[in-house]
Amino acid sequence: MAKQLPGVDVVLVGFGWTGAIYAEKLTNAGLDVLALERGPWRDTTKDFATTFAQDELRYYWRHGMFQEASQSTVTFRNNSAQTALPMRSWGSFLPGNGVGGSGVHWNGQTYRFLPSDFVAKSHNEERYGPLPEGMTVQDYGVTYEELEPHFDYFEKICGICGKAGNLKGDIVAGGNPFEGPRSDEYPNPPMEMTFSQDRFEAAARNVGLNPFPVPSANMSRAYVNPLGLQLAPCTYCGFCEKHGCGNYSKSSPQTTIIPALMKRPNFALRTDSEVLSIEKSADGSRTTGVTYVDTSGESFFQPAEIVVLCAYPLENTRLMLLSQIGKPYDPRSGEGVVGKNYCYQVMSGATVFFDKEYTNSFVGAGALGMAVDDYNGDNFDHSGLGFIGGGYIACYTTNARPIESHPVPEGVPGWGSDWKQAVQANFLKTASVGVHGASMAHRSNYLDLDPTYTDRHGRPLLRMTFDFTLNDRRLSAHLTPVAEEIARGMGGREVVVGERKGSYDSVPYQTTHNTGGTIMGTDPQTSVCNRYCQSWDLPNLFVAGAGLFPQNAGYNPTDTVGALAYWSVDAIINTYLGQPGPLVQT
Amino acid sequence: MFSPTRRKVLKALLFGGTAIAAPSALYAAEYGRGEGMPWSPFRGQPPYHGTLEASFFTPAERATVAAICARLIPNDDGPGATEADVVTFLDRQMAGFYGRGQHWYMQGPFLEGTATQGYQSEHPPAQLYRHALVALDVYCRNTYEAGFAELSEDRQDAVLKGLDEEEITFAKVSAKTFFDLILKNTIEGFFADPIYGGNRDMVAWRYIGFPGTRYDYRDFVGHDGARIQLEPVSLMGRSGWNSP
Repeated sequence: MAKQLPGVDVVLVGFGWTGAIYAEKLTNAGLDVLALERGPWRDTTKDFATTFAQDELRYYWRHGMFQEASQSTVTFRNNSAQTALPMRSWGSFLPGNGVGGSGVHWNGQTYRFLPSDFVAKSHNEERYGPLPEGMTVQDYGVTYEELEPHFDYFEKICGICGKAGNLKGDIVAGGNPFEGPRSDEYPNPPMEMTFSQDRFEAAARNVGLNPFPVPSANMSRAYVNPLGLQLAPCTYCGFCEKHGCGNYSKSSPQTTIIPALMKRPNFALRTDSEVLSIEKSADGSRTTGVTYVDTSGESFFQPAEIVVLCAYPLENTRLMLLSQIGKPYDPRSGEGVVGKNYCYQVMSGATVFFDKEYTNSFVGAGALGMAVDDYNGDNFDHSGLGFIGGGYIACYTTNARPIESHPVPEGVPGWGSDWKQAVQANFLKTASVGVHGASMAHRSNYLDLDPTYTDRHGRPLLRMTFDFTLNDRRLSAHLTPVAEEIARGMGGREVVVGERKGSYDSVPYQTTHNTGGTIMGTDPQTSVCNRYCQSWDLPNLFVAGAGLFPQNAGYNPTDTVGALAYWSVDAIINTYLGQPGPLVQT
Repeated sequence: MFSPTRRKVLKALLFGGTAIAAPSALYAAEYGRGEGMPWSPFRGQPPYHGTLEASFFTPAERATVAAICARLIPNDDGPGATEADVVTFLDRQMAGFYGRGQHWYMQGPFLEGTATQGYQSEHPPAQLYRHALVALDVYCRNTYEAGFAELSEDRQDAVLKGLDEEEITFAKVSAKTFFDLILKNTIEGFFADPIYGGNRDMVAWRYIGFPGTRYDYRDFVGHDGARIQLEPVSLMGRSGWNSP
């Protein structure tokens, strides 16, 4: 029997980027806010100080700051004819754990989605006709124009370093000419590029493309954000992704929001507290709070007027399914919504091997890169191509962490003298050109509860059924040759192309951009949340994160995740608090 | 677990203060309530995994593992796994949480999956090594009348190739799973920070030109394709600094 605790105005389930955003705005509005975080407290001095942050084995290969699979994992299969088996150790993606969540160990590549990405269904159908059978792409219900001020604010909180390409409709040289109109320039100038980016930029221009500096959450200079928190210049140490930043140079909840929040008397954070279920009132019309368990196994009922799901998309989906909120998605009938439209990212690329020049990739940063957007979204004509969407193509120099990054040319065996000598000959001489492709929703890709495997509390694990779709394969086959062409123009000795072939493989790391499952939209029959990220079923339940994306665009998700959180919390403060109830009438 | 706010919150409750109760004294920590970022001495978490002397392998197992590593990353134009002491790294890893699969999801049922479903053995890494090393020994003695470590380098390479290409299989565990795991772990030991027992004296970093755990390359961003040569540094410094 759960022990009942005194109530609060708002309880946040999970305390990463979105938890910090909701908490900051809601405490500022005077509400009493409690965040419940499954993992431990984490901060710079304690967990990733400069004296030990650069430890590749500990943080990446031994998963120093990720969720432990022993606590909870997902089961996976490529299609519903197979038996899903647990991911016994993380591979293709790495969910975070603890305060700051994945916001601690991201790279910091901070792109806005395109205006057309938010209306993917209506935009593409208007231009190219009906979507193919089985493609369940939908509109967000919120537009780029509505989100723009929130993108702008999140970028100022983070101190994003970049160059505007579209300022209030005017195309600006040096930026991304395809981006949606921005109300303001980036708060900081772009990072200083290295040799590889210079070569990429020239090669991309040579083939008529429009390179621009990647918007970066690694600081190009010292910065003070709107909450008065200070970030320091990035030192290009090459330990961003999978690592915390010891220099206060990477925007994270810890560096940009949490210290301000911790000073407020109406905010509390309880760590080591794992939410087991979202509770409902007897008539099922609203949530009454959450039940959670601490590390001793004792359980508590925490009443709240408002609950916001701020965990990772996979866990938000699982919590809704376990709590029986919303109709679970059924891939056979296509009915139901929770677990629908799980999407990922379609990655491919080309590696350039130089002969004389050194790329010295250990001089790197998570978002140090140049990109082209000419083949993203609907920035190019898709007539007759048989797919929608696209991706950016970028040359990043993120690291030379040697366990992970030791590329060798084609034909080199995987071990022995030939391998070892090839590693040595090429270690300081490679650059990569990556395609960051969109993943369009399909009826057959979804999340539900596993019938066999359970977590340590005996609750079903989440089951992921996913494979690359025909759209994904055509998209990748169209864009990868463009990356190859740019790579060939960079002046190296040899280019090795990494195509996206075969079924989705859960083993090699690809990216931690898992989306969907709690999607937002315009219709309760086809989405979990309305355009304000409010549950259609329980009006005092809100959902944050990339689980809201009806499909995944050809960009990294964090900027859009941040903008959606600010948009949603704005609606809570300005509308919901005055008149609690559904913000969209059905 | 340290919680700067608990005492105050509990006191407030006793005297009918704030609305939020700290639920449990020891098992969850509470922060915030206007107290700012928590800080107290000695809370830093410097590296610890695998830094302690620890052993899992029997002497015979250790000799076989060392011989395997020496062929996966040979000593040829530069130091290999032997010079980097990768076997010590592996021994410590197998003796610790990694070898036990402590952070892995190890609940059954255990079924053979597709390649895209990853590791599905019921054995955590250390036990997989143990079973596979027995089977490898049996295979080598049946085929060559000697243990793996006593074979010529050519024969050792032929056996490893057989495991890699699934021409040699074991009855109880997957030979290919074992091969993939020991190759991955050997590369880890060769390139990881020396605190974990391998990459001794940073030989692997020096061999490939990786400057190690340096944390500031701002002076080198504009290298424009010229080689940057820097002595490597590890989490415990550099041998020159540590000499008596």
